[in-house]
Amino acid sequence: MLTRRIIPCLDVRDGKVVKGVRFRDHVVVGDIVDLAMRYRDEGADELVFYDITASPEGRCADRDWIDRVARALDIPFCVAGGIGDIETARTILHAGADKVSVNSPALERPALVDELAAAFGVQCVVVGIDSQRDADGEWRVRQYSGDPARMQALPRRTLDWVIEALRRGAGEIVLNCMDSDGVRAGYDLAQLRAVRAVCSVPLVASGGAGAREHFRDVFVDADADAALAASVFHSGAIAIPDLKKFLVANEVEVRP
Amino acid sequence: MSPVDVVLVNAGGTNIGSVRYALERLGVDAQVSDDEVRIRAASHVILPGVGAAAPGMQCLHDSGLVEVIRRLEQPVLGICLGMQLLFDRSEEGSTRCLGLIPGEVRRIKGDRCHRVPHMGWNRLKRLIDDPLLDGLAEDAFTYFVHSFAAHSCEVSALATVDYGAPLAAVVRHRNFCGVQFHPERSGRVGSRLLRNFLGL
Repeated sequence: MLTRRIIPCLDVRDGKVVKGVRFRDHVVVGDIVDLAMRYRDEGADELVFYDITASPEGRCADRDWIDRVARALDIPFCVAGGIGDIETARTILHAGADKVSVNSPALERPALVDELAAAFGVQCVVVGIDSQRDADGEWRVRQYSGDPARMQALPRRTLDWVIEALRRGAGEIVLNCMDSDGVRAGYDLAQLRAVRAVCSVPLVASGGAGAREHFRDVFVDADADAALAASVFHSGAIAIPDLKKFLVANEVEVRP
Repeated sequence: MSPVDVVLVNAGGTNIGSVRYALERLGVDAQVSDDEVRIRAASHVILPGVGAAAPGMQCLHDSGLVEVIRRLEQPVLGICLGMQLLFDRSEEGSTRCLGLIPGEVRRIKGDRCHRVPHMGWNRLKRLIDDPLLDGLAEDAFTYFVHSFAAHSCEVSALATVDYGAPLAAVVRHRNFCGVQFHPERSGRVGSRLLRNFLGL
């Protein structure tokens, strides 16, 4: 039985792990390798590093840290943020990342997904989607959500984009539900269920984790393959070993 | 462990760096090479691989390594695509592979409960005792990422993984070994398997 994955997400800026209030006033919380190893020891199944240095301003980030992480870490990891072309992706994958996640650049130029899949195989290509419900009740995608000044609401419906991304070669979808993100009131199960219904590749739920029960719900009720969270893990509000015990007790298969 | 001289064959896969680092964590400084003299001289040869079968085989043809690998007598380990290339053929791009292990690689049949790619930690089921599996728990978990696989009903596997059907997870035929999962990303279990391979 394939187990459900628990994925802590770490924001990286200038080679350090940071946290901030929605992309502002970032405070350095520690060294990347130290934190990565701590999560690995606690039983994280995979890690996502979101490089916030790179994306909004289109800067070319210093990615030496990827090599340092790859040397130390013996579980899979994905790098997100500022990946807009094959060469950048190649550098990141060759440095040792297992997957790259693309978001805004793929919305700008959807053929990027085809190019990545052709160059590296679908298993390396994650499409991250920031999604919000509009006043008319439709879920639509947001672009450049990392920078409040640049964020744009696009006319593209989230479900349409999921289907297109799969057709183009996405091997995994990370759905970040912005309405529930940061609120810690649970994942957006309705939206995740809707995406699940059209998503034939692994689906990673993101946005809203605040309690152990939220993880159970997203696996049992929305059938997500993996659940991503940041603040509940970083703050220590949820410890991964406790979370996994709780999930096992609730008949969710996880890696012990 | 006696001194080993490990060569990683460069078949264009992106996981070559990760495999090298995994060996580094075991204190082994592996070399990456596509030079036939260097590969033949190694005590252990690893064929890593992430990507597709046809470009993988093309890469080996282009560097003149197909016959070199076929004739190796030292322990050889194929990882993920590297393992698939050891079989006769792959359905992926209708590719003729190295033909070192009898069997064919086919696309995983997905369904509502089994999404393709098969991605994540899954439980190994040991079928046959082998030094390659020494010290691994009866139900060790390892990390898989693949869309194609050899079906264990058609090939002789040391261990299988259940994903809709039993798939070959660890195979061995003479000196040629293969693992469908990623030992370089499978924590302590993966590290133990690599150590076992280096002990062959």
